[in-house]
Amino acid sequence: MFKRIALTTVAATALATAPAWATDVKLGVLNDQSGVYADLSGQGSVLAARMAVQDFDAAGKGINVEIISADHQNKPDIASNIARQWYDRDGVDVILDVPTSSTALAVADVTAEFGKIFINSGAATSDLTRANCQPTTIHWTYDTAALANGTGKAVTESGGDTWFFLTADYAFGHALERDTTAVVEANGGKVLGSVKHPFPGSDFSSFLLQAQGSGAKVIGLANAGADTVNSIKQAAEFGIVQAGQKLAGLLLFINNVHSLGAETAQGLQMTTAFYWDMNDGTREFSKRFQAEAGAPPSMVQAGVYAGTLHYLKAVEAVGSNDPAAIVAKMKEMETDDPLFGKGYIRKDGRVIHDMYLMEVKSPAESTGEWDLLKQIATISGEDAFLPMEDGGCAFALAK
Amino acid sequence: MSTSENTKVALPAMTHTVGMPRHQKIIFIVLLAVLLALPFVVYPVFAMKVLCFALFACAFNLLLGFGGLLSFGHAAYFGMASYVCAHAAKVWGLTPELAILAGTATSAVLGLVIGSLAIRRQGIYFAMVTLAFAQMVYFFALQAKFTGGEDGIQSVPRNDLLGIFPMNDDMTFYFFVLAITYGGILFIYRITHSPFGQVLKSIRENEPRAVSLGYRVNRYKLMVFVLSATFAGLAGATKSQVFHLASLTDVHWTMSGEVVLMTLLGGMGTVLGPIVGAAIVVTMQNYLASLGAWVTVIQGCIFVIGVLLFREGIIGVLSRILKKPL
Repeated sequence: MFKRIALTTVAATALATAPAWATDVKLGVLNDQSGVYADLSGQGSVLAARMAVQDFDAAGKGINVEIISADHQNKPDIASNIARQWYDRDGVDVILDVPTSSTALAVADVTAEFGKIFINSGAATSDLTRANCQPTTIHWTYDTAALANGTGKAVTESGGDTWFFLTADYAFGHALERDTTAVVEANGGKVLGSVKHPFPGSDFSSFLLQAQGSGAKVIGLANAGADTVNSIKQAAEFGIVQAGQKLAGLLLFINNVHSLGAETAQGLQMTTAFYWDMNDGTREFSKRFQAEAGAPPSMVQAGVYAGTLHYLKAVEAVGSNDPAAIVAKMKEMETDDPLFGKGYIRKDGRVIHDMYLMEVKSPAESTGEWDLLKQIATISGEDAFLPMEDGGCAFALAK
Repeated sequence: MSTSENTKVALPAMTHTVGMPRHQKIIFIVLLAVLLALPFVVYPVFAMKVLCFALFACAFNLLLGFGGLLSFGHAAYFGMASYVCAHAAKVWGLTPELAILAGTATSAVLGLVIGSLAIRRQGIYFAMVTLAFAQMVYFFALQAKFTGGEDGIQSVPRNDLLGIFPMNDDMTFYFFVLAITYGGILFIYRITHSPFGQVLKSIRENEPRAVSLGYRVNRYKLMVFVLSATFAGLAGATKSQVFHLASLTDVHWTMSGEVVLMTLLGGMGTVLGPIVGAAIVVTMQNYLASLGAWVTVIQGCIFVIGVLLFREGIIGVLSRILKKPL
């Protein structure tokens, strides 16, 4: 409640001081504020959007920005309903964040129907810019393909050339395993086998023993959320990493690593689009962010910041809030912000930026609560994300 | 008593004769008027969602309130129908009425299969059996190719009604949904106030006695189970057309829990209760969404208050004060 009041006040001050020719834009942050993704998106994403507005000095540049937010409770029907109401009645121009695949795809459709803009940061599904792409969708931070690609390629190249997969037994897990297998094999690695565990699972011991017995150098965790966390915990109990095998998490966030702790998660390799302690730009932002939110930003929240910033730049360049012109401008301009560095937005809406292969530090290396990761390799955007030509995005491929 | 002459069952003296009592006629007319005006007051898509859940809760109430059977697996019928309907509309290109029928029929069959096994047990065992089957349906939905896993079936088109009338305008579609829901609710009312419904109530009140009177209670239970599953399916199928999507949310066990909440909050065993309960829960989920994490807290508090202070539900309490069945 307090934050909403604060936001309204910010907006009101902006209205009062803005020049007469000002452009009004309304941003809607739609994400999970009460469920499993509340930590990595949630109110932190709202804060990230607000910081982007401040850092851009929107008011000084004649852009009046108002930010509203809502909890989609990870239900696509609620997300779709709120998105519709925002566009139709509340005059929202752009929806940000939207974690979980099903809600993101629903919001992408509604956005296209109303001809507004959807800048996704939270969802993993690469379908947002592939089979289900929309001219109004921009997918910022990561997707399953990039994670599979990034981890698969970088780990294989750095010597982890035999793999065994622990796969969540549903479409998402299968896709992750399939994509990563292709990458591993393309880079000269070999997949020795895989085992599917029920989703959601709680006891991974027999699967982990199978993985251990396979003798593979790398155990790929093709699962997500609590399943990943639990399998890492149990792997630590079996001393799998100490015995010389590496764990590679295919979908893991800094918040998961933090909840596991360096002791349990040490040696784990994962791909991320953003880590707070990479350069001066990320550190400066993260320090301000942490002062208010209590934790450094996740890559999803960083993506909301960068997406908002790039959107505002396009609004300034276009000089109105015409969505079609803004999307065109966003795709035309290079992306450049302190968190993701330089990049660009492909025609299909996929944002191309570098990804990083990280390894969880050992407790001895870690100097602070959030000092958890060290960078192993940089994966260039072109290598990480799937090429547009193979994506099957109809409008982007049409000549 | 004219309606129950041919059912041979001794029931407490009924206050009504043929047809609806007058105050219920008025209620149904007022309800129709309110629902006709609703999309002009609130957002049409939201209004449609309320209707779908109202029908879902009424279907559940048919089983719990009148049959006395607590199912913890109604999401299975609701969700499966929404998947089949979405698939039928998207892949087979069926018109809305046919797609919804396909979804509803699926739920009827599913209800028949699960029901015929579940009704052999009573009380908590019955609830657990239905929950177990619903979990199986959930895993099926998670694994099967056509459901799209956690992505769900998205971009489901709303084809032209009967192949003639375009349905893409939400306002137009609202009245189609209203017809389905209102028809469904009237039908459920008719079932509960038929001789069949009276037998059901007698089974709910005293099963051994109903058996001793010569009723094959399992047939009645199965029948009401299938009917309830069918209407739950009708609601789910309609919902997938409203939102252009079908997803795991609809088959998840929390959906089974939500419908219990709606029914208990509104008033189990009343005609209006489930509708009111559904409206309250859906409204909270939508209009409190900007409060973030507080939605679930508020929902929980309301449920606790409801259970502690008015166990008969909102309409149940009203009905007691007015001394009239609502």
